[in-house]
Amino acid sequence: MDAQTSEQLNTIGLEHHQGDMSGDQFLTFMLAGEEYGVDILRVQEIKGLAGVTEIPNTPDYVLGVINLRGTVIPVVDLRLRFGIEALEYSKLTVVIVMRVQTPDAERTIGFVVDTVSDVYNILPDAVSESPDFGTEIDTSFVRGLVNVDDKMVIVLDVDKLADEDCL
Amino acid sequence: MSEDLSEFHAVFFEEADELIENMEAELLEMLGDPSDPERVNTVFRAAHSIKGGSATFGFDQIAKFTHVMETLLDQVREGTKQPSPDLIDLQLRSTDCLRVMMAAAKGEAEPDDVLAAQLLQELETMLQEQGDATPDSEPDAAPDSPSLDNPSLDSPSRDSNSQTWLISLEPGPESLKTANDPIPILAELNNLGTATITLDQSKLPAVDDFNPEQSYLAWQIELISEADEDKIREVFDWIDVSSKISMELTTSAPDKSERLPESASTEPAASQDHPDQATAQPDNQKSADPEQKAKPPAKTKAVSSIRVGTDKIDKLINLVGELVITQSMLQEEGDKLPPEIVEKLQSGLAQLERHTRDLQENVMQIRMVPISNAFNRLPRMIHDLTNKLGKQVELTMVGEQTELDKTVLESIGDPLVHLVRNAVDHGIEDPADRIAAGKDEVGSVELHAYHEAGNIVIEIRDDGRGIDTAKVLAKAKDKGLVAPDQILPDGSVYDLLFHPGLSTADQVSDVSGRGVGMDVVRRNIQSLGGNVEVDSKLGEGSVFTIRLPLTLAIVDGQLVTVNQQTYVIPLVSIIESIQVETKQVNSIAERGKLYRLRDEYIPLVRLASLFGMHNAENSEQLMVVVESDQGKVGILVDDLLAQQQVVIKSLEANYKQVDGVAGGTILGDGTVSLILDINGVIELSRNRINTSQAA
Repeated sequence: MDAQTSEQLNTIGLEHHQGDMSGDQFLTFMLAGEEYGVDILRVQEIKGLAGVTEIPNTPDYVLGVINLRGTVIPVVDLRLRFGIEALEYSKLTVVIVMRVQTPDAERTIGFVVDTVSDVYNILPDAVSESPDFGTEIDTSFVRGLVNVDDKMVIVLDVDKLADEDCL
Repeated sequence: MSEDLSEFHAVFFEEADELIENMEAELLEMLGDPSDPERVNTVFRAAHSIKGGSATFGFDQIAKFTHVMETLLDQVREGTKQPSPDLIDLQLRSTDCLRVMMAAAKGEAEPDDVLAAQLLQELETMLQEQGDATPDSEPDAAPDSPSLDNPSLDSPSRDSNSQTWLISLEPGPESLKTANDPIPILAELNNLGTATITLDQSKLPAVDDFNPEQSYLAWQIELISEADEDKIREVFDWIDVSSKISMELTTSAPDKSERLPESASTEPAASQDHPDQATAQPDNQKSADPEQKAKPPAKTKAVSSIRVGTDKIDKLINLVGELVITQSMLQEEGDKLPPEIVEKLQSGLAQLERHTRDLQENVMQIRMVPISNAFNRLPRMIHDLTNKLGKQVELTMVGEQTELDKTVLESIGDPLVHLVRNAVDHGIEDPADRIAAGKDEVGSVELHAYHEAGNIVIEIRDDGRGIDTAKVLAKAKDKGLVAPDQILPDGSVYDLLFHPGLSTADQVSDVSGRGVGMDVVRRNIQSLGGNVEVDSKLGEGSVFTIRLPLTLAIVDGQLVTVNQQTYVIPLVSIIESIQVETKQVNSIAERGKLYRLRDEYIPLVRLASLFGMHNAENSEQLMVVVESDQGKVGILVDDLLAQQQVVIKSLEANYKQVDGVAGGTILGDGTVSLILDINGVIELSRNRINTSQAA
């Protein structure tokens, strides 16, 4: 890409995924009416929720473990993780399987969300810092906010989601 | 050293370690029976290979050291030196030094130059003794010369069956690039019989046209040998295809003397006919090494193994594990279909099942190594130990070929060494005491390894003084481990041996009794999912029995359901499963529940509440009694399902260590089931009771 187009894109800030492939691609999903985005390169697959085995003495939001083609991976309900009221699981409940980087190792974790929404190209500059809500809302795993078609998308820092204190 | 060599380094080190181990084992055998010449040969070859390798990789000090070791061994081989205990001992100490040097070369340890220099000195001194007996084997020249000495030069037709072959060998011009070295081949021919080798250098170009990477040489070989054509052809098996080889049988007796002189200028011929000149050879890297590889006289076994990284095997095992799960999934689905419709599918599925099981067994087999790898360290240790302690011990090993998983093997080495050391140090008496006790002066330590019901059992049996239970008990009371007035059955007293901080050696020697003791041994063995038992008779000896699972990747488990979840309880910890009788359940202060099982009370564990499960409801009809070193508990379960082998999957890989859970496994229906860690469960339940009491 030449300098000029890059500059143009910068001013636009964002492109839909059908357009130019510049910027980072983000997968977005819905959670209680809000749209969240994660770096698509971290997403390994999207699958239905089934066959969860409970793990002893874990926080509510750790639903348990599932078999991902022979590997045992934990599943985290993001609603519960964010302190949103639980939704009854159905056949349509979706797990986004993501690779997260913790200080000691790369892990694969499944996150339960309401629905998967869209894929956007977002330029890094377009992501604005999220305002500080003080102690009221834990924003440590929010990387920033971005505006897409006049909607606000909350971009998540996946690695923070998997901090060991969190799990 | 260039970067590219580093991966070869690893291979070299690995091989060298093995070779050193071999040397040690053979040297120890030689101590017992010095007459077998093959032993010396083996040690010699090992030393030689290490020398060659270290020279190639630029570890000059190691090369120099092994060179002297090898020279001495060579004299033994030739019969000019007797394999005296002193000599063998010196060689043994040299192997130790070699280990240190190897470790230093790997960058794992500090080199011990003083020790090396001292041993080198000793080796040289020993070489000088009776030095005149081997005028031609000056240390420097010796290793290259002896076996290439042609013993039959004066008697070309030593046998009436010998035939004379005319062989011409012309390596292809590119052969040097493909690392085809003709010299070992020529040397090997010499091993088959009497070879007279003539160099044909007629194709050598003028210096200006000379390409150092190209081969211009050819050889004419006149071989007098009993070997048949196939045997001789075999020698050329490894040469590259571009080489020209012709063989022809002649009847005429060769006239060697005519051919000899001119060959002196060529490298291989020189080393064969004029051993003393070996050192005067051009500074050609190949000169020393390949010739000697050919030395072991046709005894080299065909290579039938390859080295594979364990990670590759683990991957394979994982894949097969997946296959097993998929297979059982298919099986379950297939069973649901009406058989008359899908008869063929059914038989196919049955076949698939058989094949998968075979495949799994065979893949697991790859990781299996004989326990001799762990036993090998022991003779040396006993040798040193008995020397130090002035005892006499004969070590017998039975079942060395018993196989077990490599990871288990790696972890069992230290506990094994510890137990054997204990047997010699604490068990076996001094010779005088033994005679006084009417025993043979020479003590016996026996190691038995065998398979039993999916486990490997290792017994360490000595005929020493046995364990004095009274003494152990007194010591334990002394340390406050046991109440002064308590009376314990022998079995429990033996258990005390594994208690941290209990050493009954009258004197703490530097051999054992240093505190890192039996408790560590037991913990190590238990962490492998095994156990260790003691039996002893005062005055007659002791037996330590180690039981270990054959592999860490698979565990034999009892599937149980609790609160609609399926758990796996390792069979090794299960004592029995019984129906709960309500009247036998007692509670203490309304908190902990105890069950009266025959004559003892054991705590009851409710998994659902212990694990903080949602909507816990236990029918609590059945109880599985499990035991660990922390005692017995009864785990209440809703149902007992099948017993089966399960493949252990780590929870930590993607999550974290969970108390009370040893890992996960994937059941036939594709769901994950947790494998209970009995120790953890018992600990959890104790903490639970304690905290609830505190609250």
